Amino acid sequence: MFPSEFTYHRAASVAEAVELLSNNDGAKVLAGGHSLLPVMKLRLASPPALVDIGHIAELKGVSADGDGVSIGALTTHAEIAGSELVQQRAPVLAEAASRVGDPAVRNRGTIGGNVSHGDPQSDLPTVLTALGATINATGPGGSRSIAAADFFTGLLENALEDNEILTSVSVPGVAAGAGTAYVKFSHPASRYSVVGAAAIVSVSGGTCSSASVVVGGVESTPTRASSVEAALAGSGVDGDALAAAAGAVSGDFQGDAMGDVYASSEYRQAMAAVYVRRALEAAVSRAG
Amino acid sequence: MTTRVFSSGIRRREDPRLITGRAAYTDDIKLPGMVHAAILRSPHAHANITSVDTSAAAAQPGVVAVYTGADTDGVLAGMPCAWLIPGSDLKTPDHPAIAKDRVRYVGDAVAVVVAETRYQAEDALEHIAVDYEPLGVVINPKDATQDGAPQLHDDVPNNIAFTWAVAGGDTDAAFAAADVTVSDTITLPRLIANPMEPRSAVASYLSAMNELTLWSTTQNPHIARFLSSVVTGVPEHKIRVIAPEVGGGFGSKIPYYPDEAITVFCAMKLGVPVKWTETRSENYLATTQGRDHVEEVEMAATSDGKITGLRTTVYAGMGGYLSTAAPGVPTILHGLMYSGAYDIANISGTIYGVFNNGTPVDAYRGAGRPEATTLIERLVDLTAAALGMDPAEFRRKNLIPKFENGHDVATGIIYDSGDYELTLNACLENADYAGLRAAQAAARAEGRLVGIGMATWVEICGLGPSQVAGAVGFQGGLWESAIVRFHPTGKVNVMVGSSPHGQGEETTFAQIISEELGVPVEDVEVIHGDTDNTPMGWGTYGSRTTVVSGAAIALASRKIKDKSKELAAHLLEAAPEDIEYEDGRFFVRGSPDQAKTIQDIALMANVAWSMPEGMEPGLEASAFYDPPNFTYPFGTHLAVVEVDPDTGHIDLQQYYAVDDCGVQINPMIVEGQVHGGVVQGVGPALWEGVVYDDNGQPLTGTMQDYALPRADLLPDINVSSTTTPSPHHPLGLKGVGEAGTIAATPTVYNAVMDALRPLGVNRVDMPLTPEKVWRAMNDARNGG
Repeated sequence: MFPSEFTYHRAASVAEAVELLSNNDGAKVLAGGHSLLPVMKLRLASPPALVDIGHIAELKGVSADGDGVSIGALTTHAEIAGSELVQQRAPVLAEAASRVGDPAVRNRGTIGGNVSHGDPQSDLPTVLTALGATINATGPGGSRSIAAADFFTGLLENALEDNEILTSVSVPGVAAGAGTAYVKFSHPASRYSVVGAAAIVSVSGGTCSSASVVVGGVESTPTRASSVEAALAGSGVDGDALAAAAGAVSGDFQGDAMGDVYASSEYRQAMAAVYVRRALEAAVSRAG
Repeated sequence: MTTRVFSSGIRRREDPRLITGRAAYTDDIKLPGMVHAAILRSPHAHANITSVDTSAAAAQPGVVAVYTGADTDGVLAGMPCAWLIPGSDLKTPDHPAIAKDRVRYVGDAVAVVVAETRYQAEDALEHIAVDYEPLGVVINPKDATQDGAPQLHDDVPNNIAFTWAVAGGDTDAAFAAADVTVSDTITLPRLIANPMEPRSAVASYLSAMNELTLWSTTQNPHIARFLSSVVTGVPEHKIRVIAPEVGGGFGSKIPYYPDEAITVFCAMKLGVPVKWTETRSENYLATTQGRDHVEEVEMAATSDGKITGLRTTVYAGMGGYLSTAAPGVPTILHGLMYSGAYDIANISGTIYGVFNNGTPVDAYRGAGRPEATTLIERLVDLTAAALGMDPAEFRRKNLIPKFENGHDVATGIIYDSGDYELTLNACLENADYAGLRAAQAAARAEGRLVGIGMATWVEICGLGPSQVAGAVGFQGGLWESAIVRFHPTGKVNVMVGSSPHGQGEETTFAQIISEELGVPVEDVEVIHGDTDNTPMGWGTYGSRTTVVSGAAIALASRKIKDKSKELAAHLLEAAPEDIEYEDGRFFVRGSPDQAKTIQDIALMANVAWSMPEGMEPGLEASAFYDPPNFTYPFGTHLAVVEVDPDTGHIDLQQYYAVDDCGVQINPMIVEGQVHGGVVQGVGPALWEGVVYDDNGQPLTGTMQDYALPRADLLPDINVSSTTTPSPHHPLGLKGVGEAGTIAATPTVYNAVMDALRPLGVNRVDMPLTPEKVWRAMNDARNGG
């Protein structure tokens, strides 16, 4: 509850933030603080310096980006959940953002902090992977974009370089008529997803014409349910067909399924099939 | 004229300061020159300390002093266990405030740093070098009693701190003759009390006067003074203990803790005030926890549905040491309640108090009674099922019939009054029990897992007759006292020795005075929590404060009324026997217009210009109330749940509570107590429980892992009540602080088991997390 001593720097621009990071070895970026501050209070992390990017106006807000949306790193979960633009173009992201933590977390926590922390039980990495989103970052060498699928590289690890700051997330619009859903098995204490499943499904003539299905909470990074997607391709979308496809998710885990005192790895994998089925059912019911 | 407010739900008078953040808690105390303590805690559940090097820590910026067990050894007495249950071969091994050579749970104090700021103290902790030699660890209380288990205390074989038995009737014969017997093993998880305010202490010592002032987050300042004296050697009359605003306790602020003693030690050594406040993480390690029972239980019955016997063997985890009241909780407050609301002629129980490598366990809301009620109510459901009887009908058949003045039960205690069937009927009616069962049958036909559970419970409250306290080894009395003082303006102070900390007695006590003497409730100020300006009292716990202190207030008020009548007679030039009292006014019979108000009397008594011969000035009275018996509140609760057959998730859909706490002073506060209590009782059924790994490391060390009940996981709670006054209490009160917590755990547990019955699942260890339920369902489906 009492973090180690650190120095605090407030950046007025992305460029200044990058410079501050470069000039302070081991510095961490502070945005909403909902991931970083708890581990500092427990002294599980003791960064010597924090660079507060919370006052950089250019990092805030949601805007149209082609047929998709661009979401600034400092945009809170509540703002995403409440954004009409997100609701229209990537409703599954709004749905997931509305289920992050509790109201206090959603009003304070940001998409940039959430994604760059990359907790495997977090909701947004799962959904952004399903949406095929792009993570935009700026560092000393300039700006670059990283596909969400390539961004999460391991437990609490990601593709950001040292001194690089996540600036925004670009989310492509969901195809017209596609149904989307995010369902989660919420931990009763932390509200993290024990298992989270995102599904984006297009239905044509009673069969599935395309599907993107991603599972979070089971492995150290979001799991693309390729087996499920393959089983869905051209399949019917009745309950039995969706259940059969969902059952295939067990083939998508690479053997590093996580487990803890609340939910074992065996249980998480079993629940993945249940939650994928529920996500598919909800997505299909919403497909037009 | 006053507005009568007794038995009305007036708003809590303490709330404005609490909800606007203006209340002052212990951690808000700031004294000139004050320094800050931080305590180094053992990272091992069981280890020998081979060396402690504090030199680097002592050299850190701002550090004033670093002390270890070597410094406190011989200066501080061992931490006292104050409930020495008789006939139990109780062993109370030494419990040093700071461990000397061995640690016995993760969180055991190893050293203390005092620094100019809290941050400096915390930083310096990291520079203390301790060498540990890890020892074997045992967590499960039953495992701890087995031969070969790691031994926590060398002089306590098999870790058995005490063996206590309760017996009535001939249980063996009852089981031998039974048509039906059922058995079960019930695990009550270890629970963290989680008061909103963590513990804190500020100690200030004036060596020239040998005077100690201790601000403490205690539920019982007078006991804290008494035990501070025992531990520190400062005479009791030189110690002032102040419990400022205390933000909840739920029992966890009853004990006298090593941390208080350490804070006092530092203040006495250094000659400056010292503050220590625990972090939430420390609260999860070093503040006493609750329950931790393994219960092997059996019930015997006749084929026509009469319970004939109950038998238990209980292993109650005590943690690494015996906390202040720990031995009394699984014995006196547990075993004596084995009859529950039922007529059971033959009862026997053996309770082992067991040292294990966890945080010490002590009273936690309900304290022993949830553990008893859960096993009784579970056995009742299992027996009903074995007999093919509806659980409500089976209960009705076995309830003790209505009684108004005393009922002996087999464990040797005497219930005061009860009408258990009244609450059962009310609860079944509120819930539309027949309709629920019909809906359940329809749901089951669709393959849905809907369950209905109930508990018809009785608890022991209003602790209690001091003679009994002595007989059961409680190292104190259990009476309360009150001083009611009228000022010349007619305003009233009432001083009590108990120490409310969230329960609303600043309101209910004022309602008692208002009722007894006709003063407006806003003219009464309740003073508590400071040993220097309150009379002796034994504290707030066990649903006793309103009952025992409330009685003392009523009795003191009646003394004032008697004196007022005499003074009124004198002032009205009438005979005292001709004076009538009504709603704050004293008048000669037949002449109500010529009345003296209580405010008139207060003024005349205080100025004493004209007093009757021999009457002392002033309008003040004190009363000591030692209850002639405990009180026994009761009720029936019912819950409806649905279990997700795919995941094991439990949806608590409906909850009905019918409580009888005797006469109610403030029904709104009663309802609030039931609400909070129910939520706290649902917790261990569905979510809460400390989990240690095999090395004794807590895996539920934060609120991210330890699942407290949250509002969105609970249904609306349907609360109602019946009123069966206690026959021996001056106001007919029984107490309500723990009722919900006692009832809710078995109610919800039974509901979930009822939901799973079609699958053949009969038991799952609490808390009923989805994975445990899912595994039980899978095992049942696979024929396991």
